[in-house]
Order: sequence, then C-alpha cells, then structure tokens
Amino acid sequence: MKYNWNWGILFQTSADGQQTWMMTLVHGLGWTLLAAVCAGVIALVVGSIVGVIRTTPLKWAVRLGNAYVELFRNIPLLVQLFLWYFVLPEVLPKAFGDALKQMPPPWGSFVPAVIGLGLFTSARVAEQVRAGIQALPRGQSMAGTALGLTLPQTYRYVVLPMAYRIILPPLTSETMNLIKNTSVALTIGLIELTAAARSMQEFTFQVFEAFTAATVIYIVVNLTVVTLMRKFEKSIAVPGFIGPAAVGGGH
Amino acid sequence: MFAGFDFNVIERSFVYLFKEGMTFTLTLTAMSAVGGIVFGTLLAMMRLSSFKVLAVVATGYVNLMRSIPLLLVIFWFYFLVPYIGAWITGSSQPIRVGAFASSVITFVMFEAAYYSEIMRAGIQSIPRGQVSAGYALGLNYWQTMGTVVLPQAFRNMTPILLTQTIILFQDTSLVYVLSITDFLGAASKVAQRDGRLVEMYIFVAIVYFIISFGLSLLVKRLQQKIAIVR
Repeated sequence: MKYNWNWGILFQTSADGQQTWMMTLVHGLGWTLLAAVCAGVIALVVGSIVGVIRTTPLKWAVRLGNAYVELFRNIPLLVQLFLWYFVLPEVLPKAFGDALKQMPPPWGSFVPAVIGLGLFTSARVAEQVRAGIQALPRGQSMAGTALGLTLPQTYRYVVLPMAYRIILPPLTSETMNLIKNTSVALTIGLIELTAAARSMQEFTFQVFEAFTAATVIYIVVNLTVVTLMRKFEKSIAVPGFIGPAAVGGGH
Repeated sequence: MFAGFDFNVIERSFVYLFKEGMTFTLTLTAMSAVGGIVFGTLLAMMRLSSFKVLAVVATGYVNLMRSIPLLLVIFWFYFLVPYIGAWITGSSQPIRVGAFASSVITFVMFEAAYYSEIMRAGIQSIPRGQVSAGYALGLNYWQTMGTVVLPQAFRNMTPILLTQTIILFQDTSLVYVLSITDFLGAASKVAQRDGRLVEMYIFVAIVYFIISFGLSLLVKRLQQKIAIVR
C-alpha cells in the first residue's frame, strides 16, 4: 500500500488558474464563517423570540412556540435546506420564485442556506432560551410584578439579562454546531470549506492533504471560538449562577 | 398553490422508497447506534481511566471528532477506509469497500464521540463509593464496571442515548453526498428522474418528521417511567 504525499500541492495554482489551493480553502473558510454569522444572527433573533414566547403565560402562544421547535428539530438539516432551495421557489408566487432562482451564484445557494441554517439553529436557541428562563427562581419574575413592572418590562429588566448569562455556555456549543453545520450547504452548491477541500481532492487526487488541511482549519476555528467565548463568559458571569451543563446531544 | 403538482409520484415510488431507501436508513441507524454506543462506552471508560495515556488518547479522539463537521468525516472515511483495509490485509492496492460498510464505519466512529460524552456523564453520576465497594468485595475492574457501574449508567442515560440516536437517524441522511440510496437518496433519484422535486422533498420531510417526532414522544414517556426518585 502506497500513498504519494505531496504537501506542496497546497501552494500550487488551483483549478481556476489564479490562486493557490491554500487560498481556495481560505476562501471556503470565508464563506463558512459568513454563512455562520448571518445564520447566527437569524437564529439568535428568532430563537430568542420563540424561546421567550414559550415561557409566557399565554397557553396558545406556548403551544405555537413548541410546535415551531418540534418542526425544525425533527426534520434533518439536509432535507430542510432542500426545502428552502428546491421547494420554496416553486410554491411561492411565480414572480418571487423566479427572482429567487435567478439570483447569481453564489447568492443563489447562499441565501437559502442562511435561511435554512438560521431557522434550524433558531429552534435549538429557542430551547436554550426557554431552559435559561425556567432555570431562574420564579420569585424573580414575581418580584418584578410586585414592583409594578409590566410583563414586557419584567422580561426586559429582570428575566432576560440573567437568562442570557446562564445560557451562554450552551450557546457557545450551538455556535460551534452552526459553524460545522454550514458544511451541509455544500449539497445545494455553496463552496464553503468542506466543499473547497472536496473540489481540491477531485482536481488533484491529493485526498489526504486536502482533508487534513480542512480538518486543521476547522480545529483552529473551533479553538478560537471556544477561547473567545470563554473570555466573554467570564467577563459577564454572575457569581453563583452556572449554566446548565451541556450533556451530549446534537451536533 | 399546489395546482400544477403531481403527488401521484409518491404513490408510484412508494414501495421503492421504503423497501430500498428506508430499509437502508434504518439498518444504518441501528448498526451505527449499537456500534457507536459500544465504542463510545469504551472511549468513556478510557477517558476516566487512571492510566493517563489511555485518557489522553480518548480525549484527543473525542475532541477531534467533535470539532469537525460530519460531512468532512464522511469524506475522510470514504477515502481512508480502503487504505486502512489495505494496511491491515497487507495488500499493495487500496481495497474495495462497499458504500454500506463505509458509511457504517463512518457513523460508528463519529457517533461514538458523542455517545462517549453521554456515557462519561452516566459513569460519573454513579457515586465513587460504589466502585470502592466493588473493589472491597474483591471484584476486579471489569467486574465492577460490568456488574455495578455500567448497568446503572445505562439506565440513567437511556433517554439521552435514545435522543442522540434520533439525531443519528436524521444525520444518516447525509450519506446522500456519497450518492447512496438511503431514504433521501432514493427520493432524490425518483425526484430527478420524474422532475418532481417539490412533491418528493415535501414527502421526505413529512416522513422524517413523523418518525423523529414519534420516537421523541416515546422517549419522553420512557423518561417519566424510568426516572429514579432521589
């Protein structure tokens, strides 16, 4: 058994004839991070709203929130991306659908990928937000009511500032999951890091150099995000409150 | 809204979808879950071992697997397994490995990292005193683990292990990238042949939802049933 190692391949000109393979991977990383950031914003906003709704005293709203979370949690991410990419343009009114289909690459796959990843992750954020709010002693929101705060004020000034601090550690692991999950967008044509490594492998046949390089980049990103988030967690931590330990689950 | 659609395509391909596709998906899920839990438990025992080298190796493996995307792992093993096979059998050419064997190996290796985190929590939830009691009775390490610690750890962690298995069930759809005929792969082949992407993918989403949601309800009921009152 023999495999011809050739690490120099990383610095040779890539298939597009302009840049090196290393830069191809770096570009891929750029798309991975851009998609993760955009989807992360959607996930945080939508997830927070749904998560808060699930803790309100409104029964029907709680049920709606639960349904939302179950819907996005029980369909594989890949299938969800297919729905946004292949199905959405067909079921929308024709003008909208055509506009979606005619978006120039890479936006044509970037936009559905961001929406899909964002909403998929929002269900998981919603679950964390709900858990964070319910981890607080009930007395806190009661105290808010006793002080004459309205329900929105109680959430704004009492509950949420604590809840977000509590759920920061699980949100860190959701961030990592999101970065890793962007790789699924390669199935709808987004050339992110994994897809870049895959195209390098297909053109050069240097399978293990391509995948090793991608793996190392993922690990570096991972370590960077964890280090930054740990610092952030420390700087805003409230003594006496530790986030719920994230036991297993998800990726 | 669905005027121009032909949902008949589902009826026509129903047998193919479930007999070929879903059978593959379920077999892959079951084998990967069993393999992953066994290997994951071993990894967890290694991580908690007092033998430092084992602990470092297991920790490194788990952290590596948890920091790269499943898709990259699928590609890795798809190309790596033939070389490892050649190395083991001593052949000079990379050996041929079928798509099914390759995906089972991938998912066992990948999911083991996640199962091991769950089992580690499970083992750590058993008070140290029980291990000491086992040793005091003259049991060796494997007897203590096998008859005292692991049965309780499994019992405590069964709901989380099952939840992880539902996630695994959804993750197996990613073998689509290797053009394997799993449930999604089968649906996608029919969809492209008949030009019926919309109908097919909606149907696939509904089927995955029903199965995953149904199983998660069962897990919830099981959780209430086996919860130990402390």
